[in-house]
Amino acid sequence: MAEPAIKNSEQIDKIVDEGIDTGIARLTPEKIEQVINKVLKTETGARLKTYVETCVHCGLCSEACHYYLSHDNDPKFSPAGKVKQTIWEILKKKGKVDPEFIRRISRIASTECNLCRRCAMYCPFGIDVAYLITIVRRICHMLGVTPLYQQDTAHSHSANLNQMWVKEDEYIDTLQWQEEEAQDEIPYLRIPVEKEGAEIFYSVIAPELKFRAQLIYQAAVILNVAGVDFTMPATPGWDNSDLCMFTGDNEMMGRLKKAHFETAMRLKVKRIVMGECGHAFRSVYDVGNRWLAWKMPPIPVIHAVEFYYELIKEGKIKIAKKYEGAVTFQDPCNISRGRGLHEMARYVVNATCEEFIEMHPNREHNYCCCAGGGVINAGPPYKMKRIKGNRIKAEQLFAAKARGAKVVIAPCHNCHGGIEDIIHHYGLDMELYFLGDIIYKIMEKPV
Amino acid sequence: MHDIYNFVSGPLVWVSFIIFFGGILYRLISMAVLAKKKDVIVYEYMSLQYGLRSILHWIIPFGTVKWQKNPIFTIVTFTFHICLIFIPIFLFAHIILWKESWDISWWYISDIAADVLTIVVIASCIFFLVRRIVLPDVKYLTSISDYVILGIVAAPFITGFWTYHQWPGFRIMGIIHILSGEIMLAAIPFTRLSHMIFFPFTRGYMGSEFGAVRHAKDW
Repeated sequence: MAEPAIKNSEQIDKIVDEGIDTGIARLTPEKIEQVINKVLKTETGARLKTYVETCVHCGLCSEACHYYLSHDNDPKFSPAGKVKQTIWEILKKKGKVDPEFIRRISRIASTECNLCRRCAMYCPFGIDVAYLITIVRRICHMLGVTPLYQQDTAHSHSANLNQMWVKEDEYIDTLQWQEEEAQDEIPYLRIPVEKEGAEIFYSVIAPELKFRAQLIYQAAVILNVAGVDFTMPATPGWDNSDLCMFTGDNEMMGRLKKAHFETAMRLKVKRIVMGECGHAFRSVYDVGNRWLAWKMPPIPVIHAVEFYYELIKEGKIKIAKKYEGAVTFQDPCNISRGRGLHEMARYVVNATCEEFIEMHPNREHNYCCCAGGGVINAGPPYKMKRIKGNRIKAEQLFAAKARGAKVVIAPCHNCHGGIEDIIHHYGLDMELYFLGDIIYKIMEKPV
Repeated sequence: MHDIYNFVSGPLVWVSFIIFFGGILYRLISMAVLAKKKDVIVYEYMSLQYGLRSILHWIIPFGTVKWQKNPIFTIVTFTFHICLIFIPIFLFAHIILWKESWDISWWYISDIAADVLTIVVIASCIFFLVRRIVLPDVKYLTSISDYVILGIVAAPFITGFWTYHQWPGFRIMGIIHILSGEIMLAAIPFTRLSHMIFFPFTRGYMGSEFGAVRHAKDW
């Protein structure tokens, strides 16, 4: 009558991941039990208890999940199905589980759930599965079992306070490099570093330094043309990203956010404006601040989409000629479900592009890109799993393409990474841009 | 037989009501205390306005995208839940019992209406049962306790229907009916039926997070 959480034949997951494998090798059942119970006892309470005891096993959340839909409605990928394989088992066995079990739940929590929170909108009770999966990640973190690439990113955060091992001089150097490049186009352009009392602290994520430096160039052009009084710090604390939030390393998440907020305070800015990144926004606006006991961030945090909206609405950026060709728009989870920016985004898209084609579902109901929640950071071993886990996104994009969309705009780094792979793998032949790419292309610039 | 009848329709009723109301109170208070100790976040972010906004959408049939996407389920579950509360309170036979015991009474539904609605409840239970057996994702989540809970809910209606129509063995069935009703009341606070108590809080909390912090809809 009752189905086992995992059938024997499915226990062997062929993906080799040194981070998980090495972590598992160090575990003993005693240690596992002790850690699990410590986390449950000290860090969980009424929410976990209510969510587990209220869930009536109805399966209404299933169709919310892109993994479930992409795997031909495989029950193991439904949100509650993932909770059954992890939290329910842990509670049922009171933490008395073996290392192989930890391997499995680490995989499920880190590479089969993007913490996108879509299922909270499909469960009538509003059970927060993302929260439950976060507890699993926390347990795995405390046990030292995290996908290697994810952990490497977390290590980079620990060592450098940024995501990609960017050294302090490299960071400043890149800013100056992009400033010089952009001065060829706009001679008066500056990227002011360490300007105390500026209106805005423009914060970015490390990948922008490492391999998407043109985004800094473009942002500098937009900010300068709009006449915005902004600055970027010269010290660690400039990176707003946060993979520690996703590995379950809450302590490190707290350190990162503290550095970020303190940098803003030191520079005496009025607001933090961040580039087009979803997870970073979630961390600074919603999660990391809570760890530091700030109910809301101690300083206003504005995502790029909202900032562009302001600039265009107030006429600070003028459109020379709208972008030609039909575009569709990917609503990133962390700024639609996470901040309700979808209407502002549509304002910007409509203001800058000639033809806008909605993909369906959209706004709060949009499917996750399957890269967020730290999943893309689990790295190459899981790349195909991630792409196949979001076939539904390919279908969604294809439907938009069938109605004429040639370009996908995704104002989020994770969405970008995820959708780029999906476009490539499924042969969708669509172009992919950030909102900033489009604005930079079509805005009026001083001659 | 009379002794048993008197026992289940007398002291056991009191016991079940005490467990039901006491249990609800206990669950609510103990959860509130636990939340205060371990999940202060819930108190901090709970918003009356946004909590109610979300609850309202979810308790209106087709008030959410989810309800719209599964019309059959929506109709069944709403009808089922309404009847589940409505029938026992407004059934003529029950009102007579209230009248005899405490001399209180109120509006009641006709016996025919009660019959139809009871069949609706039983049919809904069968729908939920079939769903559990047939749909792979629901089947995967289902444990024996889910069937037991469904049985606990269906039993008072099946036995009540049986008794009213005086089918063979209806006297014993009548006793089982009372007993099963008592079991259901007592089970509500301490099983997954407690979603009756906690729904406003879980939904309200999610509605608060989505509304007040994330400025987004959660329906």
